Amino acid sequence: MTTPAPASSIVPPPREAPDALFEYLLRLGDDRLVLGQRLAEWCGHGPILEEDIAISNIALDLLGQATMFLRYAGEVEGKGRDEDGLAYFREAVDFRNCHLVELPKGDFAFTIARQFFFDAYALVLLDALARGSNAELAAIAAKALKEVRYHVRHSAEWMLKLGDGTDESHRRVQRAVDDLWRFTSELFAADEIDRAMVDAGVVLDATALQEPWETLVHDVIGRATLTLPNSTPRAASARGGRTGQHTEHLGHMLAEMQIVARSHPGATW
Amino acid sequence: MVIRALPTREDVLAILDGVMDPEVPVLSVRELGIVRDVDVDAEGRVTVVVTPTYSGCPAIRVIEADIVAALASAGYAESRVRTTYAPAWTTDWISPASRAKLKAYGIAPPGKLESDGLVQLMRARAAAQCPYCDSYETEVRSEFGSTACKSVCWCRACRQPFEEFKAI
Repeated sequence: MTTPAPASSIVPPPREAPDALFEYLLRLGDDRLVLGQRLAEWCGHGPILEEDIAISNIALDLLGQATMFLRYAGEVEGKGRDEDGLAYFREAVDFRNCHLVELPKGDFAFTIARQFFFDAYALVLLDALARGSNAELAAIAAKALKEVRYHVRHSAEWMLKLGDGTDESHRRVQRAVDDLWRFTSELFAADEIDRAMVDAGVVLDATALQEPWETLVHDVIGRATLTLPNSTPRAASARGGRTGQHTEHLGHMLAEMQIVARSHPGATW
Repeated sequence: MVIRALPTREDVLAILDGVMDPEVPVLSVRELGIVRDVDVDAEGRVTVVVTPTYSGCPAIRVIEADIVAALASAGYAESRVRTTYAPAWTTDWISPASRAKLKAYGIAPPGKLESDGLVQLMRARAAAQCPYCDSYETEVRSEFGSTACKSVCWCRACRQPFEEFKAI
């Protein structure tokens, strides 16, 4: 067991600038917090019992992962905010999640298509983070990666069932893919925060993540007898979530998610 | 007040052998592999290092409280639980003896870990053995069950549903 270093010892600063790391951790945590909340909206409303339980399980995994990322974010920030402080007492403009995860849950096909795009992204991203230079982040990513392997298999199998299923299920999941595609480019849009993480050896660059993601997505979409939109006009692509510019949907979701914590701050039960 | 000698590491581990997992009460927290380390400092304060099974497992808070309570009732009032994430918990840490306990309890023990490859979409693993009739004529109904660590299976031989501890 490692013993705490004596207070007099010199602790080397992290190689990456702390504020960039904080921002990056918020992005990781908020993606999972917001998507976990969206999935939790299915609890009690799943199409079949097994699926109700599965989606609730996955929501719980994502909330657990968000807890780990946000707790670490609070430690890096050093202002005394823990994971609950970050989850429940920030405004929408302070959230750093991508637009993909904040969209309303839609029908089951929409939820599954969104989940598949995200799970595939989480798979390649966490795999890179688990082999990156930040030991704490690598440990969290390695843990989350084990869970995401189950998630992506679940969502990919449903893509096949729905896409290669009935006319109605095919029509609905194809429509979901068409609607969601323009939200996927934001996952790989790199800015100075991402570049700082790449420079510090924390994660691979966006191109190195996007290629395996596309391979996986094309494989499943093809086998599901679905098609991807040919291209998305740049102006139509979602962007801004990583810097706090969100769709109108996030604020409504946060109001519901945060109201108990804000009405009774510090409450325990 | 009861004056006690400083606890040894072995004393603490023996106490932890009596702390059962709240969801799978036939296995202790040690048998499940949750307890990663124990430290006793010069003043006799105990630190137990645990790792969660799944990151969202709600039982971990109960487990932490149970550990502190068990140590307190053994006379070690000043104890705390610390969480670690690395190495990530794996079902490979569950011993053959503990797997037998799971089976006797009606939960199929975890199978072999799948490869660490990035993607293995379609299930290629061996079927679980039914904990009731020992048949391998089983199928997975859902990889997500009543708790994060279990999947829901169906035995075609004895026509009963059962749970399997997921390999992770």
